Formats: sequence, structure tokens, C-alpha cells
Amino acid sequence: MSKIEEALPRSPVIQMKFMRAILRYLLMILLAFLLFGIILLISGKDPIQSYRDIFISTFGNSRGFSEVIVGMIPMLLTAMAVALPSRVGLINVGGEGQLYIGAAFATFGALTFSHLPAWLLIPIMMLLGMLGGALWAFLPGYFKSIGLVNETITTLLMNSVAPKIIGFLIFGFWHSPMDTVKTDNFVAAARLPAFFGTRIHLGLVFGLVLLVAFWLFMKYTRWGLEMYAIWNNPQAARRNGIPVKKYLIIAMCVGGAIAGLAGMSQVSGFYGVLLLNFSMSLGFMGFMICWLSGGDPLGIVVMSFVVSVIFTGGNLLQLTRGLPFAVINILLAFTLFVVLASPTIFKGKKS
Amino acid sequence: MSLLSILGVLSSAIFSGTSLLYTTLGEVIDERAGIVNLGLEGVLLVSASSGFAVTSITGNPYLGILVAMLAGGLMNLVLGYLVITRKANQLASGLALMFFGFGLSALIGKSYVGVKITSLPKILLPGLAGLPPLYSSLFRFDLLIFLVIPAAILVWWLLYRTRWGLGLRAVGENADTAFASGRDPRLIRYQALFVGGMLVGLGAAHLSIAYAMNWTEYMTGGRGFIAVALVIFSKWHPLRAIVGALVFSAAVAFQLLLQSSGLQVSPFLLDTIPYILTLVVLIAWGGNRKHSAPASLGRVYQGSE
Repeated sequence: MSKIEEALPRSPVIQMKFMRAILRYLLMILLAFLLFGIILLISGKDPIQSYRDIFISTFGNSRGFSEVIVGMIPMLLTAMAVALPSRVGLINVGGEGQLYIGAAFATFGALTFSHLPAWLLIPIMMLLGMLGGALWAFLPGYFKSIGLVNETITTLLMNSVAPKIIGFLIFGFWHSPMDTVKTDNFVAAARLPAFFGTRIHLGLVFGLVLLVAFWLFMKYTRWGLEMYAIWNNPQAARRNGIPVKKYLIIAMCVGGAIAGLAGMSQVSGFYGVLLLNFSMSLGFMGFMICWLSGGDPLGIVVMSFVVSVIFTGGNLLQLTRGLPFAVINILLAFTLFVVLASPTIFKGKKS
Repeated sequence: MSLLSILGVLSSAIFSGTSLLYTTLGEVIDERAGIVNLGLEGVLLVSASSGFAVTSITGNPYLGILVAMLAGGLMNLVLGYLVITRKANQLASGLALMFFGFGLSALIGKSYVGVKITSLPKILLPGLAGLPPLYSSLFRFDLLIFLVIPAAILVWWLLYRTRWGLGLRAVGENADTAFASGRDPRLIRYQALFVGGMLVGLGAAHLSIAYAMNWTEYMTGGRGFIAVALVIFSKWHPLRAIVGALVFSAAVAFQLLLQSSGLQVSPFLLDTIPYILTLVVLIAWGGNRKHSAPASLGRVYQGSE
């Protein structure tokens, strides 16, 4: 093996490593599909037919593929909402709650300023969404920074509170005359524009731009370096004059703001209306995606894509195979299990 | 507000608090051995659905409870394989387990949505036979409710009065030291997860077989996460877990009372009271929290080859 590597020019060594990593990922995902196939067999469904359904519905036509991209959008953002705080050693499990509050703030904007033109209304909604998410993340960040309560548990608890606040707002103030579980449809100006006649909306641009910005920020700015120092050793960072507390609070709030933006893009771009319990664990999925990709921006894109393929395909499985939609979670879980069970991939990550 | 409605609220608080206490006790055991199980939600769902399915097939709720316990234990072993043998991150593995539970329980419960079962018989609290039937019906509890406090005491006894419990706590504090003193941290953690999972299974069984008496997808509604919070609330102590579950149930009861009294407060906001209360207590106790958490909670035991 090493001989071949020596014979090649310098860069292919990296390429070989990369190819091997890709190959290993593919094998792992294959294993996950195999395991899920067994589950399908046990429940009396034809796994080969089911997989054909999944692939045809996601890769078989441009519409299906566009739906995969649509599904990726919130995952990109919620994964980043975990990745950024994790760079200073914070574990943000609260993407779910931050997403809900962001969506609520954005909805407030959409309903209050509905007379404004789109070029003004959409930025207002974005700002409000990010503000909402950041506010929801502030308390966990603050309490962590003064060493009072662990952010993992506070964010988890606040996840349970957020959907209930949404319920309160919808039932109490915002529900449409016809339906008590959702608001009126947003006006056209409050909708994120969609592209190419599909449901792919501007949220995708938010996600990709933010990922690139995140990567540049971590790699090329002083703040990125200081965050790395805090991640490595908060004590040492503090003694070197880095304002650790400030970083912890801000990183948490920025994470929350990104999750809030995910909420905004879901209500404004995807649904066009605020629904009860619309998230369906997007925040937790973001956590998983971030963890699986080791917080790496490119990895986040790849893993979001994989997870989105699984869920988009699962929609069809429900229609054609008469299985509950939730069953597709098994395939997701198997993929996660298989990747988690091979700890050699991302050694660098602190547990 | 009548006495009857207050008693009714208390009775329903006891019903809803029971499954929570079992689940919390299970998590206390897991965490005492050093493992955070964030996948409780999934474990609960799988236990609830399989227990319900077996009860429905056999018509025997006790068999259902047994299967629910076994399912809980097995689900926890899946987590064990990931975090003990494969040394994976505990939080991520727990959430993966949660998704697994969402899916598996939907598959198991698919044919049992809306099915009726023979539930556990309800027994009147001793000494209350003289009450008028309207009142006494509020004091009829099933076996699992009567057993929940003894279960907490049993867990306390296991953890603090047996060699096994001593070893388990030692592993949770410092696995390397425990290894040096001749214990097998991996084996002990697997055992802790299995026993903890069985308790979680009991909670789930109470939820689906005795309390709700039906199966619906996602029926646990966040109980798993509440239990994780209650473990911290009770400072990793099984007897304080009783207090934690009581406080939580009381908050639920208080919220039901407010509603039945016709006070114009949104039920959604009242629903948040238990969580906010837990949050406030955690913050109030925050300062001395460090002394009670198992020292190597969440850490991977690397082994000492």
C-alpha cells in the first residue's frame, strides 16, 4: 500500500485518504440500509422494493431531488447552531427550542408588518428570528459562563418550554379564524422566494453562506483562534487575557440565532404559516448531524444531505408501503449507530 | 372549587407522576454508573408499545409489564454497546437511541392504535372502604402505583447498602480506580444500564397499560427529558427522586387545578410551570451541584490494557 502511495505525486496521498474515508462512509451507510432491510423483512415488507421507492423518489427525478434539498435547509442551520458553540466547548442541545422561538418572533414580524414590501419585511423577519433564537440561548450561555448550571441540561429543559409558548401564542392570539392550530397564511411579502419552480427557497442560501462564513471565521480571524484556545483550555485562555465568559455567552447566542434563523426559514420559506409542533425534532437532528460531521462545515453539508435523503424517501415509504412515517427514524438511527460505533473517524473531537 | 375536584386533581397527579418516578429511578442508576442516557424518550416509547402489544395479544397485563421491562433493558443495552464497547459519545448515542425508539415503537404499535386492552385491576386504598363511591373511585390505584415508592427504596438499598451498588457508584466516580480495586467497569455499566432500563420499562408500562390504556405514537410527550432533569433535581439520589417526582406532579396538579377553577390562564402556559420550576430549582442549587454529580459522568472508560 505504501509503495503505491510513494509512487504517486504528493497530493494524491491526501486524495487516497479522502477516498478511503468516503468509501468507509459508503460502507457504513450500506450496513445501515442492510439492517433496516432486515427490519422491513420482519415487518413483512419487501426491502428491495422499498429501497427502490426511496431512491426513485429522491434521485429518480428532479422534483424528488429538489425536495431533498428543501429538507436539507433547516438541518444545515440547526447543525451549525450546534457546531459554533461547540467550538468553545459548549454543548447546545437546545436547537429545538431556539428554532421554535425564532419562528415565533419571525411570525410576529410577518403578522405585524404585513403591509411592508418584501425587501423590507423579510430582513425584519430574519432579524427577529435570530433575535428570538439568541434570547432563548442567552440564559443557558449566561448560567454556564458564571459556572452555575450546565448548558446541556438548561437547553434541554428549555426545549420543552418553547413549543408550549408557540401553542400559547397561536391559540391565544394568532390563530386563523378557520383553524386553531395554525396562524393565517403569511402574505406573499413575508414568504422567502423559491427558485426554479421548486420548493427550494432562499433559506438554502442562508445556510450555505453562513457555513462558508463560519469556516472563514474559524480559520482566518483572531476570534476563531481565540475560540480554539478556549476550546483547548479555558483556564489557560482566561489567564492569557481572553474574555472567556463573553465568548461563551456570545457563542451560545450566535448558535441560538442561527437556530432561530432556521425556524424563520421554515415558517417563511417552507410552510408559509406557523404550525403547532412543526419542527419534528429538527433541532435534535441538527445535533446529530453536527456531531457526526465533527462540526466541520463540509461534513455538515454531506450529513444533512444524507439525513434529508432518508427522510424524503421515508415520506414515500409511508404512502406506498403503508408504514407509519416514524418508521424511517429506524433507518436514520441505524445510520447514526453505525457511524457512532466506529470512533476512529473523528478522533479530534472532545467528548 | 369543590373538595371533589381537588381530590380528582391529586389523583390524576399521582397517576401521571408514577411513570415519571420509575423513569427517573432508572436514569439515576444509569447516571450513578457514569452514563447519561438522553435516549430515555425512545426507551419509554419502545417499552410502552411492546408492553401494550403483548397485553393486547395475550390479554394479560402482567405479561405486558414483564415484556416492557425486558424491552427497556434491551434498549439500554443497545446504548451500552455504543458507549461502553464502542466508546462513542454518550449524548450523541443517546439521541440516536431516541430516534431509534421513535421508529421502532411506531412499527411495533402500528396495528395497535385504538385497540382496547384489559388494564391492571385498580385496588382501593386500604381503610377507605367507607367513602361514597364518587370519592372512593379517586383512590383506586393500580399495582404499579403502590409499588413505586417501595421501588425507590429498593433502588436506594441497592445503591447504598449492597456491594453491587458500591461498585456501581465507584465506577461512576472513577472507573480506573474501580478497575484497580478489582471491579470490571464495563460489566458493571452494562448491568446498571440493564437494570435502569427495566425500571424505565416499568414506567412505560404504567403509562401505556395502566394510565392511558392505549397506544399512540410519541405518547410519552417529553417525559424522558423531564426524567433527565429530575435526576439532577434530585441530585442523583433515589429517595430525593421521590420528592422530585412529587414536586413535578404537584406542579402538574396545580396547573390542572387552576384550569378547573375556571381561571383564565392559557393551558399552554400552565404546562410550562413544571419545567420552569425545575429550571429555577437547578439554578438555585447550582452552586453546590458539583459535589453530588458522579465524577466521571459522561466520560468514556478507555480500559486499562
